[in-house]
Amino acid sequence: MTTSAKALSERASSTSTASGTGTTRRRRETRAAWLFLAPDAVGLLLFVALPMVFALALSLFDVDGFGNYRWIGLDNFHRMLSDPMLSRAIWVTVKYVVLFVPLSFVAGLGLALLVWNKFPGVAAVRTLFFLPNALSLVVIGLLWQFLLVDKQGVLTHAARPFGLGDVSFLGDPKWALATYVFISVWYSMGYQMLLFMAGLNDIEGEHLDAARVDGAGAWQRFRHVIWPLLGPTSFFVLITSLVASVTGLQAFDLVYVLTKGGPDNQTSTVVFYIYQQAFSFGHFGYAAAITVMLVAFLVAVTAVLFKATGGGRFHAR
Amino acid sequence: MLADSSSPTTVRRTRRWRNGTTLRAVVAWALALLTFFPIFWLLLTAFKPSGESFSSGMPSHWTWDNLKYVLTEVSFPRYLMNSAIVSVVVTAAALLFHSMAAYALARLRFRGNSLVLGAMVSTMLVSLPVILVPLFLIAKTLGMLDNFAGLIVPMIFNAFGIFLLRQYYLNFPSELEDAAALDGCGYPRLFWHVVLPLSRPALASLSVLFFLANWNAFLWPLVITSNPDLYVVQTGMASLQGQYASAYNYVLAGSLVAVLPTIIVFLLGQRWLVDSMKSSGLK
Repeated sequence: MTTSAKALSERASSTSTASGTGTTRRRRETRAAWLFLAPDAVGLLLFVALPMVFALALSLFDVDGFGNYRWIGLDNFHRMLSDPMLSRAIWVTVKYVVLFVPLSFVAGLGLALLVWNKFPGVAAVRTLFFLPNALSLVVIGLLWQFLLVDKQGVLTHAARPFGLGDVSFLGDPKWALATYVFISVWYSMGYQMLLFMAGLNDIEGEHLDAARVDGAGAWQRFRHVIWPLLGPTSFFVLITSLVASVTGLQAFDLVYVLTKGGPDNQTSTVVFYIYQQAFSFGHFGYAAAITVMLVAFLVAVTAVLFKATGGGRFHAR
Repeated sequence: MLADSSSPTTVRRTRRWRNGTTLRAVVAWALALLTFFPIFWLLLTAFKPSGESFSSGMPSHWTWDNLKYVLTEVSFPRYLMNSAIVSVVVTAAALLFHSMAAYALARLRFRGNSLVLGAMVSTMLVSLPVILVPLFLIAKTLGMLDNFAGLIVPMIFNAFGIFLLRQYYLNFPSELEDAAALDGCGYPRLFWHVVLPLSRPALASLSVLFFLANWNAFLWPLVITSNPDLYVVQTGMASLQGQYASAYNYVLAGSLVAVLPTIIVFLLGQRWLVDSMKSSGLK
């Protein structure tokens, strides 16, 4: 560090001006700051903030696939109220969230507790649990489709002893959503395990040792020491998985490859439905109106969270 | 002393603990292998001769034919090339821009600092599926339909990386700027020659994260390109699914090619990746 600084000063001495008085230095600092911020500020404005605002404007227009805009006021929102496909998509998303969030939470926490303490090969086991999360959702979709092919897939075969050999896991409206949830949990439990492991590592060993000395069994140690101290981690995991299951890529990529929203629209999530409205049917204005609803939901969630955590800070109880 | 009444229970407890560890190891390994099974089956099927895709055992003989087919008969090398270009350029640009912004937010005093930070962080919950439709129309207006600019530019910007790097820069020793200021060295030079080299650990972990995310990206390439010459690996795979619906030996060979780079990057950069993911929300 010192050598590079020295080299810098030598190089700088030939070209730079003197450091100057306090006010010019201040001004230079401000100018440098805005210069450094410029690329990301412009990019985030243009490609994240503007789309949010633009969605609001778009939702008041009828926009066809050729870029013709026609003002229609609140018609898109009226249409949302009487669109059975949209209510079904919302219902699918609700069911997906209600199944996915608790299941992946329990799986992630269970795995974290399982691999928290050392045993032979623990590093390899952790890697194997996390590996699905490094794969692309497209490949995951194709792979599971292959594993679950009706009557022939290797997992369909494996389900035969349980009396499920003739089930069409992705083709039966009664099974498709459950299958989609199962694959989602397989995909994300390693990530949640990682978050829980970070939380567990922050727990002081003395607390657990003290509990052990007091004769607390494994369950009591979990219930009265680990669980309360994991509060902030659990909260964070719940929020991220809630947001991911409603608006994350897993709500689109997996659906697109596994089922295209079928069978009988039983796996058509809200974000998949938005995509369909815009890119399959060319109803960009209507798709934007649904987007506005989704953004409103996100803002509400964020506000509630912000309030519940006192400004994004959460402490262990 | 051995007759001490507490002694037997202590012995029993340690033994139980040891048994518990063995049991835990066995359960963990069994679950880990079950979790890995789908990926193992992907590897196996990619090397099975055509017609054996659904056989439930080892291949009768191992064959490179499936891999050879997708790498020669399908435009897979082009998809790989496109994916590599997009992932590398997005990652490099994102690391540069995010570290610049993060440095300004963490170390430079200017009016509106906390306001800018708050505005940037507030975009962190926004994900691509949410803004897909308006973002598509904006990119289209900017002439980014069906070209590399469209694949690359909108994907560079996310507040998450800025936030992580800012945390990192907050811990830099403050003598850094003072020394540089004394030397009369301007901020751009200070940033390029001192700050960036010192950020290597943080940049390494973020680069693994960004590379994986962009290599695996599907939704944005799907909507912003329609020209098959611009397919990235993921959109290429999805089209493969359509063309070779039942030729699973090819689909899985393609899948193997598509995930190989991510598995290699993941295994090489695992430690860094884990660090950055852990710090993504906790502290």
